[in-house]
Amino acid sequence: MLNKKNKTYYVCVFFFCLFVLFLYGPTFTIVLLSFQGPDGGLTFPLNGVSTYWFEELWRGGSVVDIGSAFKRSIILGVIVMVLTVLLSVSAGLAFRKKFWGSDTLFFATVASLIVPSIVLSLGVALQFRLLDDFTKWLGSTFDINYINEFFQTTLGMFTSGLGAQLTWTLPFGLLIMFAVFNRFDKSYEEAARDLGATPWKTFKEVVFPLIAPSIIGIALFGFTLSYDELARSSQVMGAGNTLPLELKGLTTTVTTPVIYALGTVTTFVSFSVIGISIACYIWLKRKRG
Amino acid sequence: MMKFLKLKPTVGLLSIPYSLIFIFFFFFPLTLTFIISFWDYNEYSIIPDFIFENYAYIFKDCLNFEKDICVTFKTYLSTFIFCFITWFFTLIIGFFVAYFLAFYVNSITWQIVLFLLCTIPFWTSNVIRMISWIPLLGRNGLVNDFLLSTGLADAPQEWLLYSGFSIVLAFVHLYTLFMIVPIFNSMMRIDKSIIEAAYDNGANGLQILWNVIIPLCKPGIVIGSIFVITVVMGDFITIGIMGGQQIPSIGKIIYVEMSYLQLPAAAANAVILLALTLLIIWIMTKMIDIRKEL
Repeated sequence: MLNKKNKTYYVCVFFFCLFVLFLYGPTFTIVLLSFQGPDGGLTFPLNGVSTYWFEELWRGGSVVDIGSAFKRSIILGVIVMVLTVLLSVSAGLAFRKKFWGSDTLFFATVASLIVPSIVLSLGVALQFRLLDDFTKWLGSTFDINYINEFFQTTLGMFTSGLGAQLTWTLPFGLLIMFAVFNRFDKSYEEAARDLGATPWKTFKEVVFPLIAPSIIGIALFGFTLSYDELARSSQVMGAGNTLPLELKGLTTTVTTPVIYALGTVTTFVSFSVIGISIACYIWLKRKRG
Repeated sequence: MMKFLKLKPTVGLLSIPYSLIFIFFFFFPLTLTFIISFWDYNEYSIIPDFIFENYAYIFKDCLNFEKDICVTFKTYLSTFIFCFITWFFTLIIGFFVAYFLAFYVNSITWQIVLFLLCTIPFWTSNVIRMISWIPLLGRNGLVNDFLLSTGLADAPQEWLLYSGFSIVLAFVHLYTLFMIVPIFNSMMRIDKSIIEAAYDNGANGLQILWNVIIPLCKPGIVIGSIFVITVVMGDFITIGIMGGQQIPSIGKIIYVEMSYLQLPAAAANAVILLALTLLIIWIMTKMIDIRKEL
């Protein structure tokens, strides 16, 4: 039938290989080009092999303060990851039964995935601008010294930036939870309950171990999507930029392979996180047997 | 609310933190955008008001048919063209990749491994994936080297990079996954015995594909299309970087207006963009029930 190894099969295999080459080929070329010698340019041929551009990146000579942008992105990514796991798992549990507003919340979740990111970024920026105005008004009306002297803005990485990124990562988390619970065998839980376990104990001892591998998946989405997020973050990060925002700026100003070196580093971070997640997933699956 | 509390107090309440994020960072911001699109502004502040000038400005000259097509319509037209071409290629490529994974890869393990292979780039940086085309498509890039050395072209081809071509290429590169996942999901739900039955009744491969598989994949195709079309509609980063900052898009207009602090004008553009996007989605979801597909 379809899975017979006929001519179509080989055409499909060839097509798939081409697609994979298309996906990874370009990234591979910039990794290659980032290891050029000091005379290297933005294109082939390779001018020698060295780690010069990584040292250059480390020194921060030609580019803005990449080190701190990198640190900020990692910290924000971890926070987004933790919140995405906590909030989407708990919401996922709630969604197993219909509750007041569940349809609206589901609608908002899907809408958040497809609303243009620039629109959301603008909205959050507007909201925090009004919040700033309101805070300043409070300060001047009630003569609150602290506000009048020190307050600058509520806009920032861990306020508006965090929230804007969560509207992007949480839907993925919740949809994964839906997929998990749609295939979930409820009889284990019922058994636990029949044996007298409390809801919390049922969750901790039965449900959680069963969904743990999927939670790794949610964490992976939470971190990587935040770490690379650009469109929603573009208007709401306040003073400190994240790595993708710096990178976007660099695309127009930097003309040396240092940008490829940076690309290699961030891609390496992403691949490490993906690798660790996949390893954890397999480990958890094995442990469960 | 009270009725609900009596029914199942603990479980439903678990959705509250999640809901709060969506109220504060989704519902409020979009509502405010709508309200502020009717506000007035000057160089340094936005002024509460109820005026239609922000909208009027967007469609200025648009109803004057003696002149050329207005900037707004032109920008939307260009965005729609990008949407359509990207949609077409992501659909074709995404469908056949999903088809291969679902019907030609027999072991579950290999299915997972190959599926992950397609997904991993989605978890890496989009900007890096865009600039990684530069060494290939640039003036001195690999493609031009190849064309020149084989004599297929006698001058470097300039249209390869910073052009409509490179924008579409980057979109297809970045977003084909949005097609693969839902279509693959639909395909995995197809009962293999239906295909057996068609085969036993004498249908050939192509007939099975056209009369059995494609109709059953319709929900996946619609969901994938929604994702691809909406992401291209609101884009300003890919069009910016891959178009060499020369090609307009609605997202870019909003972005520029924001940088000049013309916030109500940006809000009005955002409202129109959002309304159009929702209209497209509404038409497409008329065809399926998303929730059943998860």
